[in-house]
Formats: sequence, structure tokens, C-alpha cells
Amino acid sequence: MSIFGLMWASLFRKRTRTLLTLLSLIVAFLLFMLLQAISNAFSTSGSFNLVGIDRLVVTPKYSIIDSLPINQQQQMLNLEGVAAVTHAGWFGGNYQEPRNFFPKYPVEPYAYFSMYSELVISQEELDAFANTRRGAVVAAGLAERYEWELGDIIPIQGDIYSMQDGSRLWEFELVGTFTAREGESEAPLFLFQYEYFTEAVAAYGKDQVGWWTVRLSDSEQAAEVANEIDKLFENSRDPTRTATEDEFSRQFASQLGDMGFITAMIMSAVFFTIVLLTGNTMAQALRERIPELAVLKTVGFSDGLVSLLVLGEAVLLCVVGGVFGILLAFAMQDVLGSTLGGFIGDFEYSATLIISAIVLAIVIGIVIGAMPALTARRLTIVDALRAR
Amino acid sequence: MAEIVNCRDVEKTFIKGKEAVEVLTGINLTVDEGDFLALMGPSGSGKTTLLNLIGGLDHPTAGTVSVSGSNLNELSSSALAKWRSVNIGFIFQFYNLLPVLNARRNVELPLLLTKLSRSQRIKNAATALEIVGLSDRAKHKPGELSGGEQQRVAIARAIVADPALLVCDEPTGDLDRDTADEILELLELLNRDHGKTIIIVTHDPKAANHAQRTLYMDKGKLVEEVAA
Ligand SMILES: Nc1ncnc2c1ncn2[C@@H]1O[C@H](COP(=O)(O)OP(=O)(O)OP(=O)(O)O)[C@@H](O)[C@H]1O
Ligand SMILES: [Mg+2]
Repeated sequence: MSIFGLMWASLFRKRTRTLLTLLSLIVAFLLFMLLQAISNAFSTSGSFNLVGIDRLVVTPKYSIIDSLPINQQQQMLNLEGVAAVTHAGWFGGNYQEPRNFFPKYPVEPYAYFSMYSELVISQEELDAFANTRRGAVVAAGLAERYEWELGDIIPIQGDIYSMQDGSRLWEFELVGTFTAREGESEAPLFLFQYEYFTEAVAAYGKDQVGWWTVRLSDSEQAAEVANEIDKLFENSRDPTRTATEDEFSRQFASQLGDMGFITAMIMSAVFFTIVLLTGNTMAQALRERIPELAVLKTVGFSDGLVSLLVLGEAVLLCVVGGVFGILLAFAMQDVLGSTLGGFIGDFEYSATLIISAIVLAIVIGIVIGAMPALTARRLTIVDALRAR
Repeated sequence: MAEIVNCRDVEKTFIKGKEAVEVLTGINLTVDEGDFLALMGPSGSGKTTLLNLIGGLDHPTAGTVSVSGSNLNELSSSALAKWRSVNIGFIFQFYNLLPVLNARRNVELPLLLTKLSRSQRIKNAATALEIVGLSDRAKHKPGELSGGEQQRVAIARAIVADPALLVCDEPTGDLDRDTADEILELLELLNRDHGKTIIIVTHDPKAANHAQRTLYMDKGKLVEEVAA
């Protein structure tokens, strides 16, 4: 036995109590890992936004997860000040594994690239895209990342959308790549034909789009046209919310800010509760152990060593809880990645996150162990032995 | 014979709220190496208090306590802790074993503070358990042992670091007659064959029979000495 062994054994003085405490710590740290990873993933997906000044983004009014009907397109085109309208949408789906995340949009080939003139593609490849039913074009960086070559068949396992025959395996043929114009950042987009999508997809999702992008004839009119569009659909089944791309990114960013804030709030509440509960348990455990601690001092353990033992136990408990929480988070990574992967960026636990979880565990251990450790240090043998 | 314990004009006063309780009022006592001393007297007379001073668990209010050549008044509390681990073995009425540790580990406890290697610690603990006749119970936790067995483990723990002096506060107070006798015989053996100096506080006249010397305390004073 070593001092550490003594610490470990003392931890399991009341087995059930320790296990329950451990369980609550594990859950707290699991939650910490998940929420932080989700929040991180959201903030990385923020970089996919392309910013243009003469474009409006039209999204479903209430939730970006809703969809909009294809027949809105013509109605918008009839409005004054609208030069062009095209659309995109979240397809979700996984390439090989959930953590291979990149946005996949069904689009109208010519219309999309003319709308997003900052995306550069050769006329040849664009034609091939328009003429190949299952064709796909991807950002050059993305093709490089997965070592795709033209002509490759890229399987995507659908999660939101399945095909009419019930299959979820969508196969696309790579027919081209595009880059971002100088000075623009390149988003890792995967684009395929909307026409193919809407034909092949099962009832759910047919003739639906995720959002509209509208080009204005005159960028000065952005506010008025946005108003017009929203008014147009106000009383329909699919009301919209229209913003300039600038605003849209800003809203997105501020929602991410909220997300970070909410995450922080939840975690503070969780850890506050943990500190109270565990702290109370620790204090109670200490009271029961006063005679034992007195014995340790009697046989020659110094005040410092005894208080270190008590503090060490608290830290040990929290670190064990933290480590198991982290392991559990890893065990759940694939499941969560596949459920969330379609909507957010890479669902990953960074080294920084793991280290901060461990540091947090140590800090919590010190916080809840501090008072008992102080009590243990001050304990006088004579009084403690008399008390029993 | 060399003296191992020397108390000079020892006084101890506890402050309870505003009241000062004078528990020891001028104790003079010497104990020689190899002695087996019994300390008797009515409840509240200050026996435990005196024993605690000799064992270095507490400081006197006045007077000096010297044990094994050290003046305990001069030692800081951490120095005193270290001193206790080398010089004194403690045995209590309620055994005071750690319930989470098995017998061997309980015995090993004081050795954690020494520089002994792990294997040496285990060996010494095994030897101590053998002396008290509990080798076969090394793996048992206190909860799985009888009162007498637990007290033996406590005795093994008290002797494992090989201190010269054992102080025992009513070591048989919680045991039945036969078990108590066994414990007393064990202490006698430690005194006789292993040369331990023993001071035992007891209410049991039969326990005192095992001692070479019995002192009586009353109201904080040593009142008479009866030769064995
Ligand atoms: N830490 C303390 N604070 C206050 N009073 C104390 C303290 N320790 C002992 N006393 C008081 O000192 C007196 C003597 O106590 P002590 O424990 O030495 O008696 P004792 O002879 O061992 O009695 P017993 O036979 O019942 O064990 C008692 O009146 C007790 O209340
Ligand atoms: Mg007493």
C-alpha cells in the first residue's frame, strides 16, 4: 500500500455513496464534453457563409430546419427589383463516417453558379454538371481532402432524405470542381443537381428547398425588396424571413454567440449543483471519519499530510469522474456525429477541450476538497478521540 | 535502569468557554525502561489526559514532559508527529482501525511515513501480525474481525515501527473477561520478551495484576504508589 492506495481505499469507504457521486460527476463531464463539442461545431460551420451585398437570403420564418415550396420561386421573380432567384438546402447525409462533415446542397447548376459568381468553375465542367443526372461538383479543397478524382462515384448515406425505393444510399458522380475567386474563402461545398434530387427523393422533401437566394437588380433596394418578399408569403403556409447575406451571417454569428452563452450557462448550473452536492457529501464523509483522521495523526501523519490526503481524495474522485465522462463522450461520438453531422460542422473533441475538462475536474476537486482538508488539518487528536 | 518517561510538575488546564478546568495539578512521575505501569483511578481523574501528554498528543499547560530523551515541550506539532511515529505505539479502547483497510494494511499504516521499501513494509507488517498471533487474518477488514482480534491488530500496528514505549488507554475496556486476559497476556509478552515499556490506563484491577507497578490518580494528582 502507498499513500495513494490509502487515498483510493478511503474513497470507497461508503461504496454506494461514492459510486453515486461518481455517476453524477460522469454525467456532468459527459454533458460538458458534448455541449462544448456541439458549440464548437456550430462555430466552425459559421465559416461556410458566402457574403454578397446584392443578394438576399430567404429562409423559413420560424426555423432554418423547415423547408420552402419550389413554387415560391416564380412568385418572387414576378416582383419588381428581383433579378434572379435560385435555391439550396441542407441535404445532410454522411460520406463514409459521420465526422466527415461538409455541406451538401441540391442546386440548379447554371443558376447557382451565376448567382454565386465568386465561385469559379470551367464552362466545360459546368456543362457536364448540368448534363449529368447524378453529377456533382465540389470545392477543389474538398476533392483534395478526400482524394477524389473526376469520374469517381461518391456515395452519400442519406439521413434526412431517402430515395423513393426506400434506399438511403445516394451515389453521385464527380464531374467538376470549383474554387473561390481570389480573396474569397473557399467553403467545402458539395453540390449536386436539384432536378435529380427532387425526382429521386421520397415524398418527404419533394419540391421543397431549404432557402432562396435572390439577386437584386439594385442593391440599394435591399430593404424594400426584402419586405416585399416577406409580405408576399406572410399569409401563406410558408412564411419567410428575408435578410441580406450580410445580415444573415450576422444573425447566424449572433445565434452562435447565444449558443456559447447558453452552453456556458447550462454548464455553470450543472457544475454549481455538482459542487454543492459533492461538497456536501464530502463534508458528511469527513465527519464520519474524524476518529480515523485522528488515528492517522496519532501514528505520526502530519497535519499537512492528513489534509493533503483529504484534498487528494476529492481531486481523485473528480478526476476519475471526469475521465469516465470523457471516455463516455468518445463512446457516443459516432452516434451523435451521425445525428448532428448534417446540421453542424465537425463534431469533434479537441485536445483543448479534453485538457480543459481535466483541468476543470481538478479545480472542482480542489474547491470541494478545500473545506474538508482545512477541517482535517485543524483537527486536534485529543478532541477528536474524545468525541467518539 | 534508564528512565524513559520523566514528568516534572506537570499541569494541564482546559478552557471550557470562560471556565478553566484544572485537570492535572502537579504530576511528578518517572517510568524506567522496561517498566509495565498501570494507571488507575476514578473516571474524570485525568488518566487519559496524562497518557496523552506522555504520548506526545498534547502539550502540558505547565511543567515538563520528557520521553525517550526528548523534551516534548520543545517540539512543534509536526516535529511531535514525526517523533510519535518513531517512539510511541498507541492502543485505544475502541481499537481505532481504519475500516477500509484490511488488517495487514492497517498495521502497515505507520510505516508509510518511513523510508522502508514496499516489500520491507509488507514484511514488517507480517512480522507484527505474527507476534500478535493473527497471521491468518491479514486479509480481513476490521468489520470481519472480533473485538479481541481487532485489538490485536491495533497492537500489531502499535509495535510495527518498533517504538520503545506503548501507551494503552483502557485496551480491554470493551472486551469480555477471557479476551481481555488474552490481550493483557499479549502486552505482558511484549513487555517481557520484546522489552517494550508499557503504560496502561485501566479500570480493571485484574489488569493491574499484570503490571509491575500500579499508580492511582485522583482529581488530577498521583495519590499513592503500590508496589507489585
Ligand atoms: N479537551 C478537553 N476539553 C475540556 N475538558 C477536558 C478535555 N479533556 C479532558 N477534559 C476534562 O478533564 C477531565 C479528565 O479527563 P480524562 O479523560 O483525562 O479522565 P479519565 O481519568 O481518563 O476518565 P475516564 O476513566 O472516564 O476515561 C474530565 O473532567 C474531562 O471532562
Ligand atoms: Mg480516559
